Amino acid sequence: MLQDTLTSRMKPAIALEGISKSFPGVKALSDVSLSLYPGSVTALIGENGAGKSTLVKILTGIYQPDEGTISVADQEVHFPTALAAARAGVTAIHQETVLFDELSVAENIFLGHAPRNRFGLIDWKKLNADARALLARAGADLDPTIRLRDLGIARKHLVAIARALSIDAQVVIMDEPTAALSHKEIHELYALVERLKAEGKAILFISHKFDEIFRIADRYTVFRDGAMVDEGLIADVSQDELVRLMVGRAVGSVYPKKDVAIGEPVLTVSGYRHPTEFEDINFELRRGEILGFYGLVGAGRSEFMQSLIGVTRPSAGAVRLDGEVLVIRSPSEAIRAGIVYVPEERGRQGAIIGLPIFQNVTLPSLSRTSRSGFLKLANEFALAREYTSRLDLRAASLDQDVGTLSGGNQQKVVIAKWLATRPKVIILDEPTKGIDIGSKAAVHAFMSELAAQGLSVIMVSSEIPEIMGMSDRVIVMREGRIAGRFERAELTAEKLVRAAAGIQEAA
Amino acid sequence: MSKFLKNRELLLVAAIAVLLALITLRFPAFVAPSNLARVYNDTSILIILALGQMAVILTRCIDLSMAANLALSGMVAAMLNAAFPGLPIPLVILVAMALGTLLGMINGALVWKLDIPPIVVTLGTLTIYRGMIFLLSDGKWINAHQMSDAFKALPRDALLGFPVLSWLSLLMIGLVFLLMSRTALGRAFYAVGGNPHAAVYTGIDVGRTRFFAYCLSGALAGLSGYLWVSRYAVAYVDIAAGFELDIIAACVIGGISIAGGIGTVAGAVLGALFLGVIKNALPVINISPFAQMAISGMVIIIAVAVNARAERRKGRVILRKAEAV
Amino acid sequence: MAEIHLTPRHIPDRLEGRGARLLKSWESLLLVVACLIFLGNSLASPYFLDPWNLSDATFNFTEKAMIAFAMALVIIAGEIDLSVASIIALASTAMGYAVQLGFDTPALVAIGLSVGLICGAINGLLITGLGLPSIVVTIGTMSLFRGLSFIILGDQAFTGYPDSFSWFGQGYVWWVFSFEFTLFVALAVVYGVVLHRTNFGRAVYAIGNNQTAALFSGIRVARVKFVLFLLTGLMAGLASICLTSRLGSTRPSIALGWELEVVTMVVLGGVNILGGSGTIPGVVLAALIMGMVTFGFGLLNVPGIVMSIFIGLLLISVIALPILWRRARQRLAH
Repeated sequence: MLQDTLTSRMKPAIALEGISKSFPGVKALSDVSLSLYPGSVTALIGENGAGKSTLVKILTGIYQPDEGTISVADQEVHFPTALAAARAGVTAIHQETVLFDELSVAENIFLGHAPRNRFGLIDWKKLNADARALLARAGADLDPTIRLRDLGIARKHLVAIARALSIDAQVVIMDEPTAALSHKEIHELYALVERLKAEGKAILFISHKFDEIFRIADRYTVFRDGAMVDEGLIADVSQDELVRLMVGRAVGSVYPKKDVAIGEPVLTVSGYRHPTEFEDINFELRRGEILGFYGLVGAGRSEFMQSLIGVTRPSAGAVRLDGEVLVIRSPSEAIRAGIVYVPEERGRQGAIIGLPIFQNVTLPSLSRTSRSGFLKLANEFALAREYTSRLDLRAASLDQDVGTLSGGNQQKVVIAKWLATRPKVIILDEPTKGIDIGSKAAVHAFMSELAAQGLSVIMVSSEIPEIMGMSDRVIVMREGRIAGRFERAELTAEKLVRAAAGIQEAA
Repeated sequence: MSKFLKNRELLLVAAIAVLLALITLRFPAFVAPSNLARVYNDTSILIILALGQMAVILTRCIDLSMAANLALSGMVAAMLNAAFPGLPIPLVILVAMALGTLLGMINGALVWKLDIPPIVVTLGTLTIYRGMIFLLSDGKWINAHQMSDAFKALPRDALLGFPVLSWLSLLMIGLVFLLMSRTALGRAFYAVGGNPHAAVYTGIDVGRTRFFAYCLSGALAGLSGYLWVSRYAVAYVDIAAGFELDIIAACVIGGISIAGGIGTVAGAVLGALFLGVIKNALPVINISPFAQMAISGMVIIIAVAVNARAERRKGRVILRKAEAV
Repeated sequence: MAEIHLTPRHIPDRLEGRGARLLKSWESLLLVVACLIFLGNSLASPYFLDPWNLSDATFNFTEKAMIAFAMALVIIAGEIDLSVASIIALASTAMGYAVQLGFDTPALVAIGLSVGLICGAINGLLITGLGLPSIVVTIGTMSLFRGLSFIILGDQAFTGYPDSFSWFGQGYVWWVFSFEFTLFVALAVVYGVVLHRTNFGRAVYAIGNNQTAALFSGIRVARVKFVLFLLTGLMAGLASICLTSRLGSTRPSIALGWELEVVTMVVLGGVNILGGSGTIPGVVLAALIMGMVTFGFGLLNVPGIVMSIFIGLLLISVIALPILWRRARQRLAH
C-alpha cells in the first residue's frame, strides 16, 4: 500500500519498460522494467551474471537494448552514445573509475564542458572555483588542483560524483561503489548518498553487501538470470528473504554432483601471504574433492590462485604436492608439477583468440605432442579431438579460430587446454561466468566427472548456487583472508553471504 | 626532496644546470649570456619541432615524418623564393606552413580514418615526402645565391637584441602553451592519450583529436622548413635527415611518455635545450661532433628507463589493516 | 537456448583441404603479383631474362631479406626492432677496425656475428629485462649503435679488407648461384621450419596473439622475446658481413634507412604489424617482389629515391587495402 502511494505520488526520473538484450548465445536481459524515483535510493540486487551490468550499460548508452523503451520525465529517449545518456542527465559511478589519472581533479570534473572566458579560452580560475564548490557539495574537502592519480579510490568516487553534479545529472548509478573502500570511507559515501537524495536525485545503488542495502536504500529490485524477479520497499522485506530471492531455485537439485570417496591430501598450502593482496592462507585439498572458494568480487581469490601457479610471487608460504615441497616460479613450472589454473578472464588470460582451436588446446602440452621440439600435427589433432569431444564442444572444425566460438564453447576449449596437460590439481576460476545454461551444465557435469576420476578440483565462484551445488567443502575469502570454512553438510546460502560480507550473526 | 625528484621539469632544469656547471669548470666563456643566447637560438628549430611532436605523442601516436616534412616544405619555400624573388617572405612562410599542415593532415587522416598504426603511417610518409623532394627538385640543390636576401635574412634579423629565430620559437612556445593549457583541443590531447576508453565516455572523438595533433606537428614542421632552409641558406633532398630521432629524443628526455597522456610544454622545451647544450658544448670540450648521435641514443634509453620506473603503477591493495567495525 | 545432445558430435579436423586454403591465402596473391612483375620485366627489357643479370639482381634483396626473416618473427610476436640497420653499421665498423689491427677473414666473420649478437642482447635485455617498449628502445639503440660507428669513423672509411673476405658478398657457390643467394634460400628454409614446424614458432604466434594467455599457458614469454632480439641481431651481423664484403668498404652511413625497407618487406609479406600472424613464404615472396621491382626500375633508369617513394606507398597501401576491403565487405553484408 505504501508502495502504491509512493508510485502514484511521484513521477519516475527514469523508467525502463520491457527491456531485452541478447548477446550471441546468451540472453542477458529479458523483458525488464524498472523505475527510479527522485529523492529515492533503489538497490539493485542479483548474483554475478544476473544482468546488472548489462542494465547499467544500457542506462549509460554503452549498449542499446534489442527491445523496450527508456523514458526520462515521461518522454521516450534513446541513448545511442555515452554522451547522449550524459546529456539526458544519467551518469554512472563505476567500481573502477572511468577518469583521467594524469589530469587535475578540477579538470576531471569539467572535461568537455569547461568554463571559458570571453576569448574562448578555458578559464582555470573559474574552473577551479566551480570545482571547489561542487566538491564541497559532494562533501569532499579536496584541493581541486591536485592530480587525480594521487587520490585513493574513495576520493576518485567523490570526484566522479562532483562530475555528475557538474552536468546536473538527475539519475546517478552507483555500481558497487563501496567494493574497494575502507570502513571510514564507506561511511563518508553513505553520507554523500544521503545528500544526493536530499537534492532530489534518483539513485540506483548496486551492491552485494546486505548491511549497506538495508542502511541506505529505500527500494529494492532483485534480478535473477536476466529477469526482474521482485521489487518493493526495503521496509517490507527481510535480509533472509532477499537472499532467497537472489539465489532463487532450490539449490543442489540441478547440479550433477557425484558422491565421490574423498582420498588422501594432494595439495597442502600453508602460511601463504602477499604484501598487498592476501595473507594467512592455509588449506588442504584432497583427492577427488571439489573445494569451493567463495567471496565477493575483489576478495583476493584470483590473486591468490595466480600466485599459487607462479604468475606473481608470494612473500611467504609453502606448497606441498603429494607430500613433496614445491617451489613454483612460473606457470610453466606449475604445469610441469601438475597444477593448472583456468583463469577467470577468458578473453584476456585464457583463450588465444587468433589461433585455431586445436592449437589452443595443445599449447601447454606441446612438449608431449611434439618430437624434439618439432611439431607433430597429427598428435595435436588427436589430443585436441580427445579433449574437446569429452567436453562436448560445438564447433565446425578444430582448425577454426577460437574467437569465432560462443563464450561457452570458448570456455570448453580453455578447460580442454588445461585438462590435456593431465594435471593432478585443476583450479577453475569462475568457470561458468557469462556463458549460456547449456554450456554451464556441460562444464558442471565434466567437473563432477573429473573429481570422480580422482582429480582434485578448486573452484573459485561468486555464484552461490554453483558453490553450493558443486563443492564438497567451501572456503570463504574476504579482504584477502580466509573468512570461513564450511563442510557440504552444513552449507547454507546465508552462512556464505554473511561470511563473505563480514556480517555478524543476525542482531 | 622526494617531491622535487618527482617533478620532471625541475629535475631537467637541475640536469641542465649541472651540465652547464661541468662545462663551465673548464670553459667559463660557455655560460656567458651572449653564448647562452646563441645556444638557445641554435636550438630554436628543435624546440619548435619538439612542441609538435609532443602533441602527437600525448595522443599515443608518433610522427616519424617531421624531418621529411620539414625538408619538403623547406624545399618548396626555397624554390618559391628562387622562382619569384619578389614574393613577400611572410607569404612564403605561410605557404610552407600550409604545405606542412597538409602533409600532417595526410598522416592524421590515415591514422584516423584507416586505423593504420601511427608508426607505419609515418615510416611510410617519411620516405614518400623525402622522395617527393627529389621529384620536385630533380635532385638539384637550391643554393644561397638563388635565394633572395630578404629570404635569408629574416631569421637572423635582430629584434631587441635577439634574432627573429629566437623570438619565433618563443612565440611558438607561447602559442602552443596556450593551446595545450587553455583550449578544449589541448586538454583533449591529454585525455585521449591518458585514457582513450574514458575519453569516449566524455564525448571526445579520439581519432579526430589525433588528426588535429598531426595537423599541429605538420604546421610546425612546415614553419621549421622555412627556418632551416633560410638559416643554412641551402635546400636539398637530405636536409635534416635523421633529425626525426632528435625530435623524439627531445620529447623523451623532456618526460613526455611514449605511452601518451603525460608531458608538458616546459618538458619538451627543456628536453630540446638539453640536447642543444650538449651539441653546442661538444666542440668546446673537444669531443668530436660525431659523438652527438651516440649520446642522443644513450640519453633516449636512459630517459625512457627513468620515465618507465616513474610511471609504474602501484597494484590494487586488497588487504586492509583491521579496522573497528 | 540450451542444446541437448546425448552423444558428442564429431568435429572434423579441418573443413578445407590444403589446396583451398592455399588458394585463398595472401601468399598466393603475392605469387601472382611476383609472376606478373617477372613477366612485365621480361617484356620491358630484353636484358632481364639473362641468368647472370637475374643473379646480379638478387643482391639488392638478399641481405635485407636475411634480416626480414628474423624481423618477421619479432613482429609476429608483437614487438619491433628498428635498430637493425645501425647494427649493420656497427658490426661493419668493428670488422673494419679489426682489419686495421691485422685480423684475417675467420676472425672478421666471428667479430661481425658477435657484434650483432651483443647488440641484439642489449635490445633484448632492455625490452624483456626492464620491460621497456621495443619501439622506443630500438629507436634509442638505432641512434646509439650508428652513433658509435660515427665516433669511430667520423667522415672516414675503412677499406683494405682481405681478398678472401670478398667471397661472402661477391663469391658464387655454383654457376650463377651466389653465396648470398644460397644463404638466403637456406635461411628461408631454416626460418620457415622454425616458425611453422617447431614449438618455438608456435610460442611466437601465441605471444603475438595474446601475451598474457601465452604466459598463463606456460610459455616463457620473456625468454622467447629475448631470443628473437638475439636472432635479429645475429641476422644483422650476418647481413653486415655480406654487405661489407660486397662493398669492400665501411662508412658509418652504411645501410642507412634499411630498417624501413626490412619492415616494409615483412609487412608486404603479409605479417600483421600488430603481431599474431604472418608466414615466412610470404616474406620470401615479398623479398622477391621488392628485388624484382628495384631491378626493373634500375633497368628503366629510375633513380633509387623514386624507388623509396614506391616502397613507402607500398607499405601504407599493403596495410590500408585489407582494411578498406574488409569495410567494403561489411558494408555489402549489411
